[in-house]
Amino acid sequence: MNTIATLLKGETGIISEESLDVIPLKLLEMGCLPGVEVALLQVAPLNDPLYICVNGSHLAIRKEMAAQIKIIKSE
Amino acid sequence: MDNSNPIKVALIGNPNTGKTSLFNQLTGLTQKVGNYPGVTVDKKQGACKLSKNQSAIITDLPGTYSINPTSVDESIVLSSLLNTTNKDYPDVIVVVADIENLKRNLFLFSQVKDLEIPVVLAINMADQMDKKGISIDVATLQKELQNEVVLISARKNIGVNQVKEAILRASKIEKGHPLCSINHKIDAEYFKQLKAVTPNHTLYELWLMITQNNFPEDITEEEKKKLLHFRQDISKLKRYQHKETIHRYQQINDILKRTYQVDRTKAKDLRGKLDKVFTHKIFGYIIFFGILLLIFQSIFDWSSTPMDFIDAQFANLSEYLKSAMNPGVLTDLITDGIIPGIGGVVIFIPQIAILFLFVSILEETGYMSRVVFLMDKIMRRYGMSGKSVIPLISGTACAIPAVMATRTITGWKERLITILVTPFTTCSARLPVYAILISLVIPNKKFLGYFSLQGFTLLCLYVLGFAVAISSAYLLHKVLKVKTTSFFVAEMPNYKLPSFKNVVFDVVEKTKAFVLGAGKIILAISIVLWFLASNGPASFKNVEQTVKAQVENTSLTDKEIQHKIASEKLKNSYIGIMGKTIEPAIEPLGYDWKIGIALISSFAAREVFVGTLATIYSVESDDENTSTIKQRMRAEINPDTGEKRFNFAVGISLLVFYAFAMQCMGTLAIVKRETKSWKWPMAQLVGMGVLAYVASFLTYLIFS
Repeated sequence: MNTIATLLKGETGIISEESLDVIPLKLLEMGCLPGVEVALLQVAPLNDPLYICVNGSHLAIRKEMAAQIKIIKSE
Repeated sequence: MDNSNPIKVALIGNPNTGKTSLFNQLTGLTQKVGNYPGVTVDKKQGACKLSKNQSAIITDLPGTYSINPTSVDESIVLSSLLNTTNKDYPDVIVVVADIENLKRNLFLFSQVKDLEIPVVLAINMADQMDKKGISIDVATLQKELQNEVVLISARKNIGVNQVKEAILRASKIEKGHPLCSINHKIDAEYFKQLKAVTPNHTLYELWLMITQNNFPEDITEEEKKKLLHFRQDISKLKRYQHKETIHRYQQINDILKRTYQVDRTKAKDLRGKLDKVFTHKIFGYIIFFGILLLIFQSIFDWSSTPMDFIDAQFANLSEYLKSAMNPGVLTDLITDGIIPGIGGVVIFIPQIAILFLFVSILEETGYMSRVVFLMDKIMRRYGMSGKSVIPLISGTACAIPAVMATRTITGWKERLITILVTPFTTCSARLPVYAILISLVIPNKKFLGYFSLQGFTLLCLYVLGFAVAISSAYLLHKVLKVKTTSFFVAEMPNYKLPSFKNVVFDVVEKTKAFVLGAGKIILAISIVLWFLASNGPASFKNVEQTVKAQVENTSLTDKEIQHKIASEKLKNSYIGIMGKTIEPAIEPLGYDWKIGIALISSFAAREVFVGTLATIYSVESDDENTSTIKQRMRAEINPDTGEKRFNFAVGISLLVFYAFAMQCMGTLAIVKRETKSWKWPMAQLVGMGVLAYVASFLTYLIFS
C-alpha cells in the first residue's frame, strides 16, 4: 500500500478517495484533498518531517501523519 | 457620513500573504497594539483615511488558513467575526490573498464571504505575475465571485489606493452575498432545520457556532439549547465539515479554471534550489548554527557601545540631579531609586532590539520555517516541536515574548513543555548579573593564546542554560501525562527579501512591549527597594545614637564612624532584617545577608541584582568617592574567614543560582495567562527554585 510516507524524494502521487476521513480538517483546508496530486520535495535530515507540495501549498508534515494518507503513485 | 463615524475594517488572510505589509501601508505610524479581552494575543489597530471625509479603523487579525480555529491566535478571528454585537465587529472585511497560492487563499475567502459581511478581495504580490508566468482575468473573477477584486503589490505601495476605494464602495452595501450555499448540497434537510433556529444569523454563522461550540452573546438561552442539540452527533458534524471543505475547493477550482492560468515553464525554481541548501543533511545544520553564532556575536559586539553609553548617561543624570536638587527624601528617591530603576530597563534595549531584528528578518525571509522543518524530529525527542526553536531563540532576549511565541505550536503538550523550559535559556536580564560576577571571580586571562577566559565562562553559561532547558524538557516529556492530539503542519513559504518597513515596525513594536511591560515592574521594585533600604523599625531610627555611644571612647575617625553608622543602618532597615532572616537558609550556598537582600529583590526580576548591590554598597559607603560597584564588591570581606566575600566558590555558586532560578515576575504572569492557570507558573517557580538551590549548594561544596 502506498502512502505519502512511502514516496521517494522527487516522486508524485494522487491522494486516494478513501483517505478523506483520516486527513485532519486543517490539512484538508490547506488543500490536501483526495484526488489531488502530491509531490515529495524534501525529506528532513532524520527522515522526518516530510516537505510536500500539494495543490500549490508547500507544507511540512510528520511521517506519522503522512503514513496514514493513501495515494496512488504516479508513473 | 463624516469623520466621527469611521468605517470598521478587518484585515484577514493566510500567514505569509503580505497582510502585514498592507496593514503597514494603510495605517503607517497610527498603529496601536492592544489586547483582546482575556487573551494575550496582540490586537493591532490603526487609522486610515479612505477619502477626504471618510476615515477607517483597520484591525489586523492574526493570520489564519481557515475560520475554523486550531490555535489561540486563530480563535480570535472566529470570535471577532461571530460576535455581531462586539464594538469592533467589522463593516467591511478585506481578505488579503497571495497570487501564487490563490486557490488556498480563496478557501478562506469563501468562508468569509458566507458570513455575508461586505468583502474586498485584495490579491497581493501582483508584481510577481510575469516572473511566475501567472495570468489572471480580473473582470471574470469579479463576476464569478460576485465581489470586488483588487490586484495589489503592498510592498511597492501599488494598488493600495484602489483598496481604499473598494472599501468605500463595499461599505455602502448592506449585506454581502454568500458564495457557496454548499451547505444545502451536503444535507438539505439538516441545514434547513439549522437555519430555522433563528433568523438573526446567517446559516454559515449558525454552522460555525455548532461546529466550534462558540456562541455569541446575542444568542438566547433557548436558541442555544436548540443549537446544542445539533452537537449531539459530533462525528456527523466532522463528516459534514470534511464535505464542506471538498465542496468549497470544487467550486474554487471551477472558478479558477476560467480565470487563472499558470505557465509553469516561466517559473524559475529558486525555492527548490535554496531548499536543497537550507534543508541539507549537513549544510542545513551548519548554516543554522552559523546564523545562531552570528546572532549572539552581534548581540554582544553591537550592543556594548550603546549600552555603555546608556549606563554612563544615567549615572551622569543621577550625579547631576544630586548636585542640582536640594538634599532630601525626594532627591534620594529620584537619584537612588527612580533613575537607576529606569536605567536598568533602558540598558537592555540595544540587545533586545538586535535580537528581535534578527528574528524578524529570519521570519520575513521564510528561513525560520526551514529551521522548524530541520529541527522538528530532534525537538520531538524532548517532547517539543520544531516550532519550539523560535521561542527558545527568542528566550535569549527575554522569556516574556518567547512564551507568547509558543502560540503557533498546536499540540498542547509540546507547547506546555516549551513554555515551562523557555525561562532556562539565558535571557538578557541575566547578562548584567553574569557580567559582574564573572569579572569578579574569573581572571581576565587568555587561554590557548586567543580565547578570553571570561568570555569562555559566559559561553559555558549559555550552553548550560540550553542544556538544562533540553534535559528538563526530556524529563517533563516522560513525566507529564497530558492528553493531547498533537498534529503538526507547517507551511514552507516562498523565500522573500525582507521588507525594511515590516522589519522596523516589528522590532519597534516588540521592543516597546518589553520596555513598557518589564519596565513597570523593575521601576516599581527599585522604588520599593529604595524605601525598604532607607527605612526601618525603631532600632533603625536609633542607630546613630547607638553607634555614637559605642564609639565614644574609641579612636575611630569621623569617616569610620559614618561608615559604621551607614552599615548599621542597612543592617537594621527593613530589607536588612529580611536579608538577615533568610541568612541561615543561604549560608550553605556561601552567601551572606547582603547577597540575601539581592536574592530577595531579584525574585521579581534578576537584573535588579546589580542595582540592589549598588544600592546596598552605596547606602553603606555613603561617601563621594566614585568607586564602582565592582570595586566595592571586590573589597567586601567575609568577617568569619577574613577573606574576600566574593571568592571563586561563591561567585560560581551565584552564577549557577541565577542560571537556574525562576526570578522573573513578568514571566510568571505571562505563563499564567498563556496556560490559564496558576498551577504551571507555580510549578516553574518551585521546580526551578529547588534546582537552583541544590545546584548552587553542590557547586559551593565542590569549589570551596
